[in-house]
Amino acid sequence: MKSKIAAMSKTSRDNFKTYAMVLIVYVVVMIFQAAGLVSSQMSGLLVPLCVYATMAVSLNLVVGILGELSLGHAGFMCVGAFAGAFFSKITENSMGTFPRFFLAIVIGGLVAGIFGFLIGIPVLRLNGDYLAIVTLAFGEIIKNIMNVLYVGQDASGLHFSMTSATDLNMDGATGNLIINGPQGITGTPFDSTFTAGIIILMISLIVVLNLMNSRDGRAIMSIRDNHIAAESVGINITKYKMTAFTISAVIAGCAGSLYAHNLASLIATPARFGYNMSIMFLVFVVLGGIGSMRGSIIAATILTLLPEILRFMAGYRMLIYSIVLIVIMIVNWNPKSRAWLAEHNLSRFLFKKHHEKKEVK
Amino acid sequence: MALLEISNLQISFGGLRAVDDFNLNIEKGELYGLIGPNGAGKTTVFNLLTGEYKPDEGIVKLDGRDITGKSTIEINKAGIARTFQNIRLFKQLSVIDNVKVGLHNQYQYSTATSILRLPKYFAVEKEMNDKAMALLKVFDLDQEAEYLSANLPYGKQRKLEIARALATNPKLLLLDEPAAGMNPNETEELMKTIKVLQKDFQMTILLIEHDMKLVSGICERLTVLNFGRILTQGDTKTVLKNPEVIKAYLGE
Amino acid sequence: MVSFITNLINGISLGSIYAIIAIGYTMVYGISKMLNFAHGDIIMVGAFVAFIIISGLNLPAALGIIAAVIVCTALGIAIEKIAYKPLRHAASPLAVLITAIGVSYFLENAALLLFGSDPKIFTSVVPFTNVTIGPFLIPGTTLISILVSLVLVILLQFFINKTKPGQAMLACAQDRDAASLMGISVNNTITLTFAIGSALAAIAGVLLCSAYPSLSPYTGAMPGIKAFVAAVFGGIGSVPGAMIGGILLGVIEILGRTYISSQLSDAIVFAVLIVVLLVKPTGLLGKNIQEKV
Repeated sequence: MKSKIAAMSKTSRDNFKTYAMVLIVYVVVMIFQAAGLVSSQMSGLLVPLCVYATMAVSLNLVVGILGELSLGHAGFMCVGAFAGAFFSKITENSMGTFPRFFLAIVIGGLVAGIFGFLIGIPVLRLNGDYLAIVTLAFGEIIKNIMNVLYVGQDASGLHFSMTSATDLNMDGATGNLIINGPQGITGTPFDSTFTAGIIILMISLIVVLNLMNSRDGRAIMSIRDNHIAAESVGINITKYKMTAFTISAVIAGCAGSLYAHNLASLIATPARFGYNMSIMFLVFVVLGGIGSMRGSIIAATILTLLPEILRFMAGYRMLIYSIVLIVIMIVNWNPKSRAWLAEHNLSRFLFKKHHEKKEVK
Repeated sequence: MALLEISNLQISFGGLRAVDDFNLNIEKGELYGLIGPNGAGKTTVFNLLTGEYKPDEGIVKLDGRDITGKSTIEINKAGIARTFQNIRLFKQLSVIDNVKVGLHNQYQYSTATSILRLPKYFAVEKEMNDKAMALLKVFDLDQEAEYLSANLPYGKQRKLEIARALATNPKLLLLDEPAAGMNPNETEELMKTIKVLQKDFQMTILLIEHDMKLVSGICERLTVLNFGRILTQGDTKTVLKNPEVIKAYLGE
Repeated sequence: MVSFITNLINGISLGSIYAIIAIGYTMVYGISKMLNFAHGDIIMVGAFVAFIIISGLNLPAALGIIAAVIVCTALGIAIEKIAYKPLRHAASPLAVLITAIGVSYFLENAALLLFGSDPKIFTSVVPFTNVTIGPFLIPGTTLISILVSLVLVILLQFFINKTKPGQAMLACAQDRDAASLMGISVNNTITLTFAIGSALAAIAGVLLCSAYPSLSPYTGAMPGIKAFVAAVFGGIGSVPGAMIGGILLGVIEILGRTYISSQLSDAIVFAVLIVVLLVKPTGLLGKNIQEKV
């Protein structure tokens, strides 16, 4: 085994470490849980943790690998959450738990993927901050629409409305309101488990890391590094931007569906699916190291647990959290502090794999 | 039939004729130089040939095929590859990955193949690796294959750019000031490499250069551009002796 | 028809407030090339300062406005010096963006600790309630918002185009290195820009809360984002663009809310932004800069 690891290329070894890290954490948590050492509060955080880590991986594909800033990833998560929960609701009595949940995740991913593709067509023509604001706009539009969407099911099929539940004109006897405007979806089966979350996170990781080390991945990264040169060697920019963006949306949709099956009521609130959430994912990505999937997962974990750990400080915890965030960013990215840390052999405390830009004229 | 046939190429930017009535034929296997003072429109000619700009008038034919106004990607696929005056490497990618991006369109496997790591992935990746290493060897870059390309010294970055362009398997290679910023030793070495490309790879090369030692040392024919128009063209020795050319370079 | 024009005027009024915020946003962006996510929260701070002076200490409204402007200007300068300046030469532009998000969290949570989460009722600083012009009954705040933003834009245009510090701002926005070679103090110019942007945010905060009197720690967040949208709308970096973008945004929002759907008014605003950017990718007055090959 050891010789096999040594024979792997540097990137494979690095990927292997990332997979191993996730699995070890999983095993440790399972052991602790079996021993009754995990508080109910912590247990409640396990599924969201997987959701956030998966979202960080998804967003890092766009920000770190494709090199475009998206501020609307919570929107894709939202679409996936509603699509998955909707599917589970209408098949609740006709399917077994496992196949239903499996399909709910797949459907969440697919529907978000379709949204990602359709939104990508206009959005990816823009550059830089313009692209960022348009993704933010799409995310807000999705959240807004989910708040006015009513969907019901009766004997004659599905009914849609954008105004109110009564406008669905459902048959009173068999009518079943599934998406209830601002009240969203209630009673989605609690199918999400920590194990399911870890599986989804692992699959997302495998997809993204394998993609990175492939022909398509190199094409995507070449666009990030220099789109003019990429075009000059025959790389189809639109195609590969779309590929990255769509795959990222699919992963976000799966994470959303996982999230939805952990909630008693799924509501498209600003706190859950608004731009603030998208920004939180971006914080994970940047703090963990742009382009580093392992870093994203670590940052997502630490920053999700930090407010819990700081709970004893009550009202001050979010204040402390924001100060910690600012200080980490300055220490980590200020050129002088980086040089100082390097001088004192403390660079290992820095988050690795930044885009070091050395200008060559 | 010439490999590259350009007739009456013309483009204006806001009323300024950047390139006017540009005609050029390059034979297969030829090493051709495009020279002229700064701002004469040399890089603009390159940008017209590679589809960065669309010409207002004129026709460009490669191997008898009309490629006028085609997109950069189509032109690259048709067989023109280039390097840039300001080096444009994929800085966050390793040296070998830069070349493998160049090989992109000659090797195929699907996105699903890469994600599922099907056997075809390993087979094709190995072929790509071997091909890329062979190319790097030509440029004496094989030792640095795993380096981050941004960390290469300047001279080697220029070479890597040529290797990447060559990886797209072009019929015609456009080099935009390949010796810019190089010291005399590096230039000497570069001249040898360009000669190797012409001889061993049967490559047709059109280059822009200010280094007269390189130009007179390896170019067989020259075109001199001044204020967007052709001043003169012909074999290197005759052109360089032309008093008009000397005047254009040194001023009155 | 009368109600349409009344709505239109309300839209222009809200848009004027967006415009004031957007101008600050666009100036800061123009010079530092950063999306200052904390800009919206400075609006909230300004409103709270005015609230304390006017409602808490029962002092005149004018004093409240002046205090808000002073506190926000100082706050803007402090934020720039402490949080943004150390990252001006960071390897990735995302570093300072995340720091700005951190500052935004900080301001919101500090306000939460100091004032709690229940909304405060803000007393309008406009001394008269309604003005009747022909058939239209126009709220005083509406009229004042429009007038104040007009005056501010004219003053700013004069400042930027006719004074030395204003010219220095333009120069730094265009090419910081070249500006510094010409003897312009880039540091001072950036500080000045943040100061002006924050002062504008303070005024916007007072006007916003006079028109919509509910004040909470999150009051500034959405207007901040909207103003950012307005700045992009008009072409980011352009002051007249931000003015036009802000007013258009306000009008679209109010008309959308009245005539299409009150719940979808934000979605409509964002949809219009998307359409504008697709037709004109650099905004209405933005300049298109092509990368040189």
